[in-house]
Amino acid sequence: MRPDDRKYLDSHEWAKLEGDLIVVGITDFAVEELSNGNEGDLVYCDLPDVGREVDQGETFGEIESVKAVSDLNAPVGGEIVEVNADMMEHLETLAEDPWKKGWLIKIKPTDPSMDHLLGAEAYEQQITADH
Amino acid sequence: MTDADLKQTDLHEVHVSSGAKMVPFGGWSMPVQYASILDEARRVREHVGLFDLGHMGRLEVTGPDATRFLDSVVTSFVGKIPVGAIRYGLVCAEDGGPLDDLLLYKSSDENIFVVANASNCATVLAWLHDHVGSHDVTITDRSDELAMLALQGPKSQDALQPLVEGKDLGEVGYYKFTFATVCGIPDVRISRTGYTGEDGFELYFPSAESVRVWNALIEAGAAHGLAPIGLGARDTLRLEAGMPLYGHEIDREHNPVEAGLNFGISFKEEKGDWIGRAALAAVKESPKRKLVGITTEGKRVPREGYLLFDGDREVGHICSGAVSPTINTNIGSAYLPVELAVAGQTIDMDIRGKRQQCVVCDLPFYSRTRK
Repeated sequence: MRPDDRKYLDSHEWAKLEGDLIVVGITDFAVEELSNGNEGDLVYCDLPDVGREVDQGETFGEIESVKAVSDLNAPVGGEIVEVNADMMEHLETLAEDPWKKGWLIKIKPTDPSMDHLLGAEAYEQQITADH
Repeated sequence: MTDADLKQTDLHEVHVSSGAKMVPFGGWSMPVQYASILDEARRVREHVGLFDLGHMGRLEVTGPDATRFLDSVVTSFVGKIPVGAIRYGLVCAEDGGPLDDLLLYKSSDENIFVVANASNCATVLAWLHDHVGSHDVTITDRSDELAMLALQGPKSQDALQPLVEGKDLGEVGYYKFTFATVCGIPDVRISRTGYTGEDGFELYFPSAESVRVWNALIEAGAAHGLAPIGLGARDTLRLEAGMPLYGHEIDREHNPVEAGLNFGISFKEEKGDWIGRAALAAVKESPKRKLVGITTEGKRVPREGYLLFDGDREVGHICSGAVSPTINTNIGSAYLPVELAVAGQTIDMDIRGKRQQCVVCDLPFYSRTRK
């Protein structure tokens, strides 16, 4: 079971409310799909500049493995106020700890509601159904 | 196509139980990787890897006119292939567009074994039947009854030799084949061929023996660093070695002359006319584009379909791309107008809206004999 202190997108991003910000990352499932368990297979991560406004569902970055490129999608709309710049040089962190140290961006949401996102159980069901 | 419609080789359960990630490929469910794609590619360059190629098409053309017939439908000069040798060739339509590329194994003028791509096997089979005309030949599809395994890498001979009875593999030259007893199975076809740019062998034997031979190779090869290798690393290795993959570097719209495959095309008069000859002769006279390699400085990997620009002018697209663990950079293949297809030329690649500078180079990126 994935952490239930946060919400999920069916495209495998997670969103966690911390104070008045929403922290965004990708799930261990996404990392596994991209790298097939080999962190060295992750080659590139492109994150946006601080200050950029994103809409809910908008692509804010990309992550690339030896095999493929995947979009990173914003779970909520708002202003990107912080970016985990270390991540772009240390993709192994994503494999080691996608839930905490592997966070990607922090959004100051225009609307902090995350009701449109999946709970941990629903996300779990979805990835089981897909595979 | 759903997964249920995909064909499986006799080794499917072995792949799944060893943790392989299976993907659809040419109508088959095949292992794309067992471990890291990059590690698998390195293993083949440094040690030896084992590949299940049971998805490939295997045909036999026999009869008094086998050589004459094939010379009328493939690009290479089948009549000039020595007995016991193998040559690369293509089957092309009248317009010179290839339907597939092949390996041709000549046992005699009346017995030629043909290896085709999985996705094109039915097309090739139908095309051959349609063009038999008055030739006295029999065309037999052996794909289902034969397993096909490849051992690739500098330790291939060391790994395979202990399982072979009464034959010194050192006597089997490059692009030559022989028959020998392997794991007690008589008349196994063994060729010194492959699709990685390394030394290695390809084996053909009754598919019912697949699991036994696979396991025997895994066991015998362990001391030489052998491990199973998936299609992901196979694609990286063949791209590094500058070998085309049908559907990427060559297809109905991309002819073998501009792909640099002239070694597999014979315009000699003694071969007689063949389908596509006139069209390809015209291309050879005045080629418009050329298949080249490109390398990039950045971390981004060239991907199939990315567009290439010379300033604002779109000049081509990426056919195949990969992270190359062998030359330690990101590589791709692309057709460029001949004036830009020059080593050292810089061009821009559009990566999902961002430009990245690339440098043109000659293929292959890697050659074991030309380091």
